[in-house]
Amino acid sequence: MMMDTPAYTASELMTINAARMLRDGDVVFVGVGLPNLACNLARRTHAPGLVMIYESGVIGAQPARLPLSIGDPTLVSGSLSVCSMYDIFAFYLQRGFISVGFMGGAQIDRFGNVNATVIGDYRRPKVRLPGSGGAMEIAAWADRWYIITPHQKRRFPEKVDFCTSAGFLGGRAERLASGVRGGGPLAVVTDLGILEPDESGELVLTQLHPGMGAGQARENTGWALRQAPSLRTTEPPTDDELALLRELDPQRIYLSSTG
Amino acid sequence: MTKLTSLREAVAGIVRDGDCVYAAGFTHLIPFAAGHEIIRQRRKDLVLARATPDLFYDQLIAAGCAAKVIFSYAGNPGVGLLKAMRAEIEAGRLEWEEYSHFSMISRLTAGAAGLPFLPMNPTAADDLSRVNPAFRRIADPYTGRPVVTVPALNPDVAIVHVQRADADGNCQLWGILGEQREVAFAADRVLITAEEIVDAEVIRSDPNRTLIPGFIVDAVCHVPGCAHPSYAQGYYDRDNAFYLEWDKISSDPEKLKAWLAEWVYGLADRAAYWDKLGTETHRRLQVEPRWSEPVNYGKH
Repeated sequence: MMMDTPAYTASELMTINAARMLRDGDVVFVGVGLPNLACNLARRTHAPGLVMIYESGVIGAQPARLPLSIGDPTLVSGSLSVCSMYDIFAFYLQRGFISVGFMGGAQIDRFGNVNATVIGDYRRPKVRLPGSGGAMEIAAWADRWYIITPHQKRRFPEKVDFCTSAGFLGGRAERLASGVRGGGPLAVVTDLGILEPDESGELVLTQLHPGMGAGQARENTGWALRQAPSLRTTEPPTDDELALLRELDPQRIYLSSTG
Repeated sequence: MTKLTSLREAVAGIVRDGDCVYAAGFTHLIPFAAGHEIIRQRRKDLVLARATPDLFYDQLIAAGCAAKVIFSYAGNPGVGLLKAMRAEIEAGRLEWEEYSHFSMISRLTAGAAGLPFLPMNPTAADDLSRVNPAFRRIADPYTGRPVVTVPALNPDVAIVHVQRADADGNCQLWGILGEQREVAFAADRVLITAEEIVDAEVIRSDPNRTLIPGFIVDAVCHVPGCAHPSYAQGYYDRDNAFYLEWDKISSDPEKLKAWLAEWVYGLADRAAYWDKLGTETHRRLQVEPRWSEPVNYGKH
């Protein structure tokens, strides 16, 4: 157990861990909120050659301020190129030029399938969510993708109510058989640790953040969460990472929340 | 021949009860003023199609103009949900038809190209095609591999906001381009609103920027500030504060009614709306210029 209060929030910890997963030269389909911060942080640290693409059709954005939406004008000014929605989804994503995507959603299940559409029955929804947007195709066609989400039982059911974005479906073999070009989810970054798919495509606990316990992760997961034989511990955020990240969100619109 | 007219006359002549209306704009150049005019003229039973319904359709739905909505992302971008739309759906009072962005835009692109449908690669996420029979799976006739198809969407009316147009309706726009061009070509009737009306010579000085030709346009309306709380690149900024505020307004039916009374029914037109926003908001949304380098077309 950690005795001191950590010098960072859960959101900061998740964002920094997501940033660490990006590689220099990646072409990334950026979402708003924490993924946007993670991408900007990676670009300013270990991945200066990161190409940021937005589903609004902006390529090579260098936002001067934190955009509230993925259609913000700050993404356009100074970018490399702007194209139509059809072009961004057909030429860039479907053709296979996107290396990384980020997914958000209300539910993520045991095999990494994501629900951003409805809770409950589709025609008589208990909760109507925004729906796919670009998520259905990004999950299928980006080389790999990640999820950043707080670790809560209701967000991690055994099976999603509605499959908006395909993870490994019923297992890795099923995704392979479907013939979609992308490799599927590579990791789920939560405020407790990191889940990664095993050979079967099932999400297992592979890493814990400092001070967090595997039992805590199990209690907050809706299936019998297994853990990898060698469980890693997250390197705490460095002062550099924290300082840069806080510069990116000076009003702490996204970073103050604990999820 | 000039197609210039007031927004009131354009909506009266072009938008009819029961029409399928597609107002274009992915976050950028959303023609809010046209939506408010439709509400004031009390159109009903509209089929509202838009990839991102945004606050624009939330307002039309709240005002009782809609019978059905066709969409691919029903959120308040970066903020949360569209609460008026969600309440109507959850209450069973609003029909809906749902796509992903790519399938929605593929429908429009097919419509714009005069094709019956367009194919896409499968995504393996089949739940949407189970609840929406417009998605079909067929064999690629060349390889036999499966492709997913969606039918063309040809709206009755396209409403497109642009930075500048001439009186004939030749339109230039820049910044995020969304689906403006596709919508204009796909629809039967095209209503253009513009920040500026310019001489034809301005248009001809930069023909590559002309995305919509005048001869497919039915009406051109000069409506500065038309896109607020959305934005017009280089003209005024997105009013993010209002997008956050709408989350509160739309969570309470009484507040929503009061807002419509004050900001839509209670105002004559966009000029009155812009005045009512006040100088403080005008100042907040002002943007410093950042010009592009001119290109040389050559005297040929």
